[in-house]
Amino acid sequence: MSSRARLWLFLAGMAGLAACYLWGLGGLPGFGHYPGPYGDIINRIAVGQTNATGVVSAVNFEYRGFDTVGEEFILFAAATGVATVLRHLRGERERPARDEAADRDAPPTSSAIRLSTLMLAGPTVVLGWWLASHAQTTPSGGFQGGIVLATAFILIYLAGQFLAFKRFSPVDVTDAVEAVGAGGFAAVGVTAVAMGLPYLTNFLGLGSKPGAVSSSGTIALISFFVGMEVAAAFVLMISELLDQTLLIGQES
Amino acid sequence: MAVQAVVTPYSVSPGLMDVLQVTILVLVAAGATAVVLTRDPVRQVIVLSGYGLLMAVLFLAFQAPDVTLSELTVGAVALPILLMLALAKVRKADSVRDRERDGERHGKGDK
Repeated sequence: MSSRARLWLFLAGMAGLAACYLWGLGGLPGFGHYPGPYGDIINRIAVGQTNATGVVSAVNFEYRGFDTVGEEFILFAAATGVATVLRHLRGERERPARDEAADRDAPPTSSAIRLSTLMLAGPTVVLGWWLASHAQTTPSGGFQGGIVLATAFILIYLAGQFLAFKRFSPVDVTDAVEAVGAGGFAAVGVTAVAMGLPYLTNFLGLGSKPGAVSSSGTIALISFFVGMEVAAAFVLMISELLDQTLLIGQES
Repeated sequence: MAVQAVVTPYSVSPGLMDVLQVTILVLVAAGATAVVLTRDPVRQVIVLSGYGLLMAVLFLAFQAPDVTLSELTVGAVALPILLMLALAKVRKADSVRDRERDGERHGKGDK
């Protein structure tokens, strides 16, 4: 196909897309005018029904908890896939980490970066844990908290501490934490079934006061498990990629 | 349907909110264009990280603080670092091959 014909094909497709897009935009409700009933209903009843003041978490881990189980296992499968694809293959050998090698060609990490990243690592762990355990009271949740937790491990690596990163996150432990996190979520649902309730029913006490950390029953528990699974999944993926980049070389 | 006013302990006038939202929408559009127009992959990852930050502010301006937290960590940190590591791996493979080829040319293989 000549480049001229290709251009015309592109322009024709583009015009069709633009027409459909504008047509679709014309049918949208006005900006800030939410038409559906569900959001308004949830806003009215969620706090009373679940004792969770973080209504987004109530929706994620309670009203559509079943969807969230699916999403959870998407991440689980993705991390497993990365770990499988990046496993040590025959014909690959491990070399000492270039970070630690005496003749490393990269410039050493500057003290400014080492100091600031190491100073941030501790507070990042606290923040991540806080986010993961306060889904019921704030617009946070296990997903956000889990990734913030994983960021703490990245900070340790950025500080030039590749070996410390590996020591803090051995693959066996990360694997186990990820499995417990993903399985824990599913187990909370199955526990409800064992008690004769529908899957993922909130079977724990809701607490007396909305907005208390101990309130909202399984919402807080599920968020905690999600935090574990997300943190472990990200640490696992980054650790596998670091192994690939720094340790594994093709046998020549 | 009338828009329900949300009662909060602080107040921002709707006009100011409109200005904020329009500004951040324009910045996000500019950021996305910048990501596409950056051709060097390593630079592109850094620009992408800045774009993730802009997206986080966008979600905050549109009252979705939970998505802000996710976008802040995924878009500005996790995704760039995964891409960066993948690029480092590809580059290393390239540089090893180059070095071996150079070694052969000079008649002194590394083994």
